[in-house]
Amino acid sequence: MRLLTAILTLLASVYTFAADSDRPQFTFTAIPDQNEAELVRRFQQVAEYLGEELGADVKYIPVKSYPAAITAFRNNQVQLAWFGGLSGVQARKAVPGSEAIAQGYEDQFFKTYLIAHRDAGLEASDEFPKAIAGKTLTFGSKGSTSGRLMPEFYIREAFNEAPREVFSRVGFSGDHSRTIALVQSGAYEVGAVNYAVWDKAVASGEVDTDLVSVIWTTPTYADYQWTVRGDVDEQFGPGFKEKLTRALLNLEDESILQSFPRSGFVPADNDTYQAIENTAKSIGLLDDF
Amino acid sequence: MSTAIGFLTQTRSLRKLTFYFALLAVACLALADIDISTGSPGHELWLMGRGLLTPQVPDWQQWLDAVIYTLTFSLQGVVLAAAVGFLFAVYYHLTWVRVVAALLRSVHEVFWALIFIQIFGISTLAGVLAIVLPFSGTMAKVYGEQLEEIDSRPARAVHDRAESGLSHFFYTRLPLALHAMRNYTAYRMECAIRSSVVLGFIGLPTLGFHLETALRTGEYSAASALLFTLLALIYSLRYWFRARLLWVLVPLAFFVRPVSGDWHSANFAQFLRDCIPAPLREDWALEKSGRWLLWLGEQIGAGAWNTVLLAQIVLVLTGLFALLTSTMNSSHFVSGWRRRLGDGFLLVLRSLPEYLLNFIFLIVLGPSMLPAILAMTLHNGAIIGHLLGKHSDEVAPAVMESGPLSRFAYFYVPTLYQRFLAYCFYRWEIIIRETAMLGVLGIPTLGFYIDSAFEFLRFDVALILIAASAVLTLCADSIARRLRRQFLPAY
Repeated sequence: MRLLTAILTLLASVYTFAADSDRPQFTFTAIPDQNEAELVRRFQQVAEYLGEELGADVKYIPVKSYPAAITAFRNNQVQLAWFGGLSGVQARKAVPGSEAIAQGYEDQFFKTYLIAHRDAGLEASDEFPKAIAGKTLTFGSKGSTSGRLMPEFYIREAFNEAPREVFSRVGFSGDHSRTIALVQSGAYEVGAVNYAVWDKAVASGEVDTDLVSVIWTTPTYADYQWTVRGDVDEQFGPGFKEKLTRALLNLEDESILQSFPRSGFVPADNDTYQAIENTAKSIGLLDDF
Repeated sequence: MSTAIGFLTQTRSLRKLTFYFALLAVACLALADIDISTGSPGHELWLMGRGLLTPQVPDWQQWLDAVIYTLTFSLQGVVLAAAVGFLFAVYYHLTWVRVVAALLRSVHEVFWALIFIQIFGISTLAGVLAIVLPFSGTMAKVYGEQLEEIDSRPARAVHDRAESGLSHFFYTRLPLALHAMRNYTAYRMECAIRSSVVLGFIGLPTLGFHLETALRTGEYSAASALLFTLLALIYSLRYWFRARLLWVLVPLAFFVRPVSGDWHSANFAQFLRDCIPAPLREDWALEKSGRWLLWLGEQIGAGAWNTVLLAQIVLVLTGLFALLTSTMNSSHFVSGWRRRLGDGFLLVLRSLPEYLLNFIFLIVLGPSMLPAILAMTLHNGAIIGHLLGKHSDEVAPAVMESGPLSRFAYFYVPTLYQRFLAYCFYRWEIIIRETAMLGVLGIPTLGFYIDSAFEFLRFDVALILIAASAVLTLCADSIARRLRRQFLPAY
């Protein structure tokens, strides 16, 4: 019985911090496109910054997959999210009235790198490297813009065939950090990776550039953005969306910006991503048959 | 004389049956993709080994929270599933009850969770429901069979005018099956802990959530701490999962982590609309619908083919592994501390969910079907091996003295073979269901296409593919039942 009392008190104490408060809490998430620890570090800083700027209780919740981020956004479990180009398009379709409000400066001209393991014997070139046919290839997440949509588009354009016809094996690593790790370990010969994640990993010495190197760069396209639900003003008071947009555009904290890595945020709107939507449709990732 | 002939022909047919299954598995193996594609698996293994020896919890509060969620999910899930399963078992003689139970358990809890997350958000309700539905289907089946197997004489003896259903049931049938049912419920609690850990891998806040992060980022010390926590939770079950404590623990579980979900009727309506096949929902032209159907058919075809291919290999390897390792838990071969050690090894293997094992093998061996084959063989083989070894204790020792090898070949295997096959056939549908689900991790079984459909919010496609995986499971179940009836009439 004494054991039971002990367990009871322990659990009751845990219960108190699990309980929800009544105050509406502003919550946001981000697509899990890289190493989770890094994301948590980055977005907890963002949460603190937004909390101060908005004078509200702001919380970041990590999710395990791209669709989980979209689902949380649709169910109003989060009101704001850092989406990729394609996941943003999907999310705004799922929540009518939602808007892209800001993108990173670099996101206006984003790129994908094709990287290859040394043993694959591929040379860097400006032309699309047709020699990758027959190798093994890993994308990032299935719903990633830079890790799947854009590279798949250029692969289809070059070979006029689906990736699984072109390569001997096609995989989905789940995120960009994992793509780099898998190509470096030799599990895949070629990988498609977000250029910003690659450059940062190279700069911080996480990549053995003797083993893996960039062999091709895609033309530029629009990518990541902050998307907010249309009903935030009703939930958090009039003018909230505007205040939020201003806070994001004015974000100048060096350590936060470097963690993205972005040099700053600039305005964006839904039309910015029309080209992404068209590309996704053209390769059958969004319903169009 | 006639019985002797019957025995001979039957062993021969069992031999033939085994031969065909093995032949099929070899054929499948020839077609399967089983490369080791990592350059240096040894290095990663060394890092993992080092992590295993240096477990470390980076954040105790997070750890405690995950442990509580893991326990409450499984406790709530099992208790509710036991209640529903029991109700089903009472009426298990009705065909529609059996059909509903079979349908519920033919869909893996990971797929249920993916569906419920869409409806209730990432919430306790989604997690608990994902455990309750398939578990109640399984428990209905086992409870129902346990009730059928009891001695029917007491029930027939009290055959007076008031043959009312319920009190008749409670006084003449239930008491006889109660012991077996309690043991089975305790075993399901173990399964539920495993399941709730697996649900963490797809985003619910259990131990699996942090385990996935730790494994993915190569923090093997944190991963091993979580792994040992899982083993400790399962091992400690025998001390606290008891009828007397449950009166306190179950209400406590519902109090500490109340079951709640995010419910928005507009979202639900939208979800239901999205579940209508796209050609009907969007009113597509015939040609466009044709392309959609073709695309869907390709996925079902490729997914089902790979699922069956992989499952048949795993079934035979599981049997082989189980037959060999069962000797580690059998009084015919080992005793004392060596047996405890052997059984401990099997229990540890059994405690690790195949999803987790597959995840680890993928890191070490790289992408192919090999990680899934290993993961499922070890997990399922350990379950059957443990049971078979325990069962062998009931068999009287061999009359003739002989060495362990000939004892194994000429005494142990022949006497236990029917029981062994019965276990394997029981496991078959589970192996099919797991194979389909493991596609979520990247092998092109049905789960791969289901995961892709969820990724692009194509719920209509996801549901159709889930239905296809359910049909495969039901087929395996029905073939296994027929084979059991034909070849193993005693089981």
